[in-house]
Amino acid sequence: MNVFLIFMSAILVNNFVLQRFLGICPFLGVSKKTDTAVGMSLAVIFVMVLASVITWLLNGVLVLMGLGFLKTIVFILVIASLVQFVEIFLKKVSPGLYEALGIFLPLITTNCAILGLALLNIQNNYGLLETIFNALGAGFGFGLALILFAGIREQLDFADIPKPFKGLAGTLITAGILSMAFVGFSGMIKL
Amino acid sequence: MAKKQSELTNGMFSNNPIFVQALGMCPTLATTTSATNGLGMGMATLAVLIMSNIVISLIRKLVPEKIRIPVYIIIIAGFVTMIDLLMHGFLYDLWKTLGLFIPLIVVNCLILGRAESFASQNSVFKSILDALGMGLGFAGGLILLGSVREILGAGTWFGLPLWGDAFNVFIMILPPGAFITLGLLAAMFNWMGISREEKKKKKAKAAKKAGETA
Repeated sequence: MNVFLIFMSAILVNNFVLQRFLGICPFLGVSKKTDTAVGMSLAVIFVMVLASVITWLLNGVLVLMGLGFLKTIVFILVIASLVQFVEIFLKKVSPGLYEALGIFLPLITTNCAILGLALLNIQNNYGLLETIFNALGAGFGFGLALILFAGIREQLDFADIPKPFKGLAGTLITAGILSMAFVGFSGMIKL
Repeated sequence: MAKKQSELTNGMFSNNPIFVQALGMCPTLATTTSATNGLGMGMATLAVLIMSNIVISLIRKLVPEKIRIPVYIIIIAGFVTMIDLLMHGFLYDLWKTLGLFIPLIVVNCLILGRAESFASQNSVFKSILDALGMGLGFAGGLILLGSVREILGAGTWFGLPLWGDAFNVFIMILPPGAFITLGLLAAMFNWMGISREEKKKKKAKAAKKAGETA
């Protein structure tokens, strides 16, 4: 039950993008079209789960050796090489999937949501199962926010926006309104 | 000298990392619940940026082209770990409020961006100036955003009470407030830019007209 709560809380209550502000760059950058948003979300879910499991295992090793303070350096390197590896692997094994996710993978390395998630799992003392569900929830939450936002932005293309609000300003305010909807979930789950 | 000055002011105003380039949005939005937090985050980022720019500029001729990004990331991550431990030791309260976002300075695109586009091609002195300009521009943006949110949301500024509980818009301190405040500030800067350009155009037109009549 606890695992399910972690999953739901990562999607709605502590949504990574709209409540925790992790992964804002791809959220603002790749949200112009719904198709690309879906591709990006799938790539993020995939890498998040993989990266969380690997960094969780590695943290065990680091703590055993008394090198816990090195985790930021180790994690970022692991994530960067993991993304590269996944890219090469997908290219060989499943060209179809690679074509769908390929262009998003390099972007994920600098996605702070991945490193943030890895560090959060450690900070909250999650076990392996909880880590996996937290990663799944974070990924789905990211996807939910991204796809919703892309849908809104597609509609906004046809709207007549005052000149100063075009571009970044309008996008941010739209994100703020979407974020307000997610504030409604706050306090629903107490962990 | 004029050139040096432009390297310093470039990051502060005309190429401000937050309002013009929209880099490093995650810490910008997340840590600006108050002006003090914004200042703390800005200074931490500035310190990492200066140190990583110095080191990357020093070793720029030694690093092979192909592995430069991983090398930069390790250097940045090293400095971030140092700042993290220093803040844990000396500024515990601030460290606790900023929390996750101190280790996440590693993935702040501003720092890697400056390493890649400036420090890897310029001398140490110029890189320091660039880091100072960009870092101060970033910190300035954070303080501005934090001030607006803190004043409207809590009625205080840097913790000093302004009007207390008389007028509080609580949403400004919550996550939506971050998006909306930054959006409104960006719109304001856009508007200032647009009106300045229009004035210039009008002046040019007037000058042209004057030239024609004369």
